[in-house]
Formats: sequence, structure tokens, C-alpha cells
Amino acid sequence: MAHPAYAVFEHQLVSYRRVWRGSVLSSFLLPVLFLLAMGLSVGGYVDRTGGLGVRYLDFIAPGLLASTALQVAASESTWPVYSGFHWHRMYHSMRATPVRVADMVRGHIAYVLLRVALSALGFLIVMALFGTLHSWWAPLALPVSLLVGLATAAPIFAFSALVKTEGMFAVLFRFAVVPMTLFAGVFFPVDSLPLAARALAYVSPLWHGVELTRAATLGTASAWGAWAHVGYLVAWCVAGYLLATYRFGRRLAE
Amino acid sequence: MSAAEPLITARDLVKRFGDFTAVAGIDVDVHAGEAFGFLGPNGAGKSSTMRMIGCVSAPSGGTLRILGMDPVRDGSAIRARLGVCPQQDSLDPELTVRENLTVYARYFGISRKVARQRADELIEFVQLTERAGDTVEPLSGGMKRRLTIARALVNDPAIVLLDEPTTGLDPQARHLVWERLFQLKQRGVTLVLTTHYMDEAEQLCDRLVVMDGGKIVAEGSPRQLIDRYSTREVVELRFSEATLDSYVGKLESIGERLELLPDRILLYADDGDAAVAAVGNRDLRPSSVLVRRSTLEDVFLHLTGRTLVD
Repeated sequence: MAHPAYAVFEHQLVSYRRVWRGSVLSSFLLPVLFLLAMGLSVGGYVDRTGGLGVRYLDFIAPGLLASTALQVAASESTWPVYSGFHWHRMYHSMRATPVRVADMVRGHIAYVLLRVALSALGFLIVMALFGTLHSWWAPLALPVSLLVGLATAAPIFAFSALVKTEGMFAVLFRFAVVPMTLFAGVFFPVDSLPLAARALAYVSPLWHGVELTRAATLGTASAWGAWAHVGYLVAWCVAGYLLATYRFGRRLAE
Repeated sequence: MSAAEPLITARDLVKRFGDFTAVAGIDVDVHAGEAFGFLGPNGAGKSSTMRMIGCVSAPSGGTLRILGMDPVRDGSAIRARLGVCPQQDSLDPELTVRENLTVYARYFGISRKVARQRADELIEFVQLTERAGDTVEPLSGGMKRRLTIARALVNDPAIVLLDEPTTGLDPQARHLVWERLFQLKQRGVTLVLTTHYMDEAEQLCDRLVVMDGGKIVAEGSPRQLIDRYSTREVVELRFSEATLDSYVGKLESIGERLELLPDRILLYADDGDAAVAAVGNRDLRPSSVLVRRSTLEDVFLHLTGRTLVD
């Protein structure tokens, strides 16, 4: 007998089957646009200064990969989770079956990670075509993307189970996702930030993901050593998962 | 009634939310094959009771046994054998009718093959065969409710819980739902339902309890309740004058009981025609007279009062 968490995952797959073509297409299209616009065009100016030591395209591509993992994880963990409680009430319907709260969280997060994996894979293929993979470690960018995805999806699951209005997602994106994307080392090294801002970058899971991804595709060392970054991201995953399970239980008990 | 252990037993069952007591100590037994109803106005504690029986919310006090198990400790095992039709739809509107059933069957660990078979049978049972491949979103309220009932049957449950199964449906849709539930009853499925529709309770329930303010105020078969709390017939009198108060005295001692409503006066009598004749003998000229059978509605309003509960 299949595990109940797998049945939850399967439900999401049945939904995804309707839209997968569009989503796969965009997971190739978006990286192409980003790398053309940011990497090559902006890069043309940045590279004249030569301050980075590598081509701007090579610098920014792994950062964008990690930030894509964050974006996909965040959007798949906000409205769809909220809907499960308030609109389509999917979690309520599961609550009437043998499926337990932990199964709901695991099964749904597994699906979010599948979406992250597909987007990250598309991104990596495009990066290869742009000639931005410079190391045999590059395939490790894929598991790193999953780690970033889980480290952000799990706490956002908890957030989405907690909030009472969808307006709170605008707050989440404005004050967490967007600042992270802008200031966690995706577009420029955090060394150039003032100390306080740099500290915030260090706290964010994205910066650690960017460091690891960049280390993998460029074959360079990361700021704190790979295991420190991995450990920090795992801490977010574990804390987020525990919090999400707790919040789901609370929301469904109402 | 069978001598076997009841499928559901509640003793002094209580549910509190902070300071608010939703269910204030009720005793209930539901036996196999029975259609059992919780009748009551909004806020009477029906849905809270159903959520406890559905192992979704834990009792705050008293004991509750379902299928011989403890809902807090064995919630998952009990839910495996329950079918739940919630008050609010929780179908996946983006999936097709059939997919909604197969996906849900998987939550019970049913294999894909059996899930497909069962989905097709149930779709036929609730008369949605022509819409089986359509997404749920555009279906009418009645169709969605029938699909929700089909979904509740996907695990071949020992008990089916229905929380206000026909609220919000038009008359045709409601009758179709009743038909299906009646068929389930014929097959020996144990039904537990809540409703505030008296006709629904009369149609479907073998036995019911009337709840008000978290307590059970009456219990019995629909017939027993009508016999006990109402008369065989009710006469509804309307008068052209705006104030009906003056008629109360004039109608005294006709029938067993009189009730003054803003727009009409109800006379509870075992012989409605005799009561009408008595009204005529007193030279009262009502603008309209209706003699009807007493219904659970009369019982219900008698027991729970006519105050509007929102």
C-alpha cells in the first residue's frame, strides 16, 4: 500500500499533468531571457571594469539559478497552500481520510521540490548552452537548488498555514523574497554591502544557496566552506518542516 | 434495534472553544444500519459534534467511541472507515469528476485499478456519468454535492457522515440527493446527518435528536417526536386585520395549544376540521384557513423557540 504522503504527492501530479507543458517551456525560456538581458547586456558594461575576476555572465548565472529555486519554491508554497485551507480546501478533504498532517506537509512539499528540480534542470541546461558551467562539480548545483527550495518552501508552508488573508503574501514577497533576491549575492558580491546589510544576507537562506551554486559551476571555493552553507540550509529545512507541521495541525483543528 | 454494540457511543460529550461551550454534554448511540439525524438551529452544536465523530476535532470532555475505537488515539484508523460529506465543498475544481474520486481513493490506500473501477460505479450511482471527464469547476451546486457524496463512499465506509447534505440546493437537486441517500439506507449503510430541514429529517432519519444550545432537547423517531411535542394536525389562520393579538382570547380553548406569529395564528389540534368549525361557531372570519399535518418543523420550533439564530 502506498504511503499516504505519496497519495498527496500524486494528487498534485494529477493537477500538474494539465499544465506541465507550459511550465517546462517557461523553465527554459526564463533563464534564456535572464541570461541574455542581465548576463550578456548588463554584463557587457560590468565586464569593462573587470572587478569581478570572472565574466559577469558566469558570475550571475549560478546566482540566478539559486534565486529561481527560491522563486519557484515561494510561489508554489504560498497561494497553493493557502488555497488548500481556504479556497479549494484540499487539506480539509484530506483531513477526513487516514492521511495525517505530516503526510500532507511531506507530500505537498515533495511536489514543490519536483517543480524546483524541473526548473533548476532547465536552468542548468540553458547555462550549459551559454557556456557558463566551468567545473565538473556543476551538476551539484541541482541538489543545492533542491536544498534552497526546501529551506524556503518549508518555512513558507508554515507561514501560509498561519496567515488569515492572502494579502500577507504581498508582505512576504516585498519584505523577504524580493530583498533576498536583490541583496543576497545574486547580482553582486555581498562584500560590497555595508556590514548590517551583509549580516542580513548571511541570515537569508538564499545567500548560502548562491554561494554553493556559484562554487559548483565555477569550481571555486565558497565563502564559509561548503559544509557550513549546507548545514545552515539544512537547519532552515528542519525548523521550517517542524513549524509547518505544527501550523498545519493548528489550522486544521479550528 | 440490534443488540450489538453501537457504532457510535457518546457519553456526556463536551466540546469547548475557549470560554464558549459548543456541545454541553450529550449522550448518543448510533446503531448499525440506522439513519440518525442531528437536528437543530445554527449554532446548536451539530457541526461540532460531527467534527468530533469525524475525528477532526478532539472532545473537550466525556467519552466518545467510534467503531469500538478511541477517536483521539485511533483517529487515522477510524477515518479509514468513515465517509465524510462536509458542509462546505472541498472538491478539487481543477480536476475532472473522475479524477476527484480516484485521487481521493488513493488517500485510503486503494490501488489505482480498484480506484478507477469504484470511481466509475459511484459516478453512475450519483448520475454524473455524462460529466465524468469534465472538470468540476463549472458543475452546478447539486452536481458538486452529489460528487461529494460519491467521494464519501469511495472507501466503502461503515458510517457515512453528512453535514447538512442539501443546504443551498434547489428543490430538484435536493430530491435527487435524498433519493441517493435513501438508496444507501436501503443497502444498510449507516448514515449520520445534520440538518435544519425538517422535511429532510422526516424523509431520511429513523431516529433523531433535536439539539439546542449544545444540548439534546428531544430524542426519538420523527413520528414519536411529533406525537410527543405536537398534535396530529395544525390549523393556520390568517386574518385581514393587522393586529392578531385580539384573536388570541377569542380563540381560547380551541385545540390543545395556540401560537401567535406575526402574520398568522397556529392552532394545534388533533382534529383540524373540528377546530376550524369551532372557529366558525365563534363568528370569527379568518381571511385564510389551512389545515395541515403536523411536521417536525412544529416540533422543532416548539422545542427551540422562534428566535432567529444567524
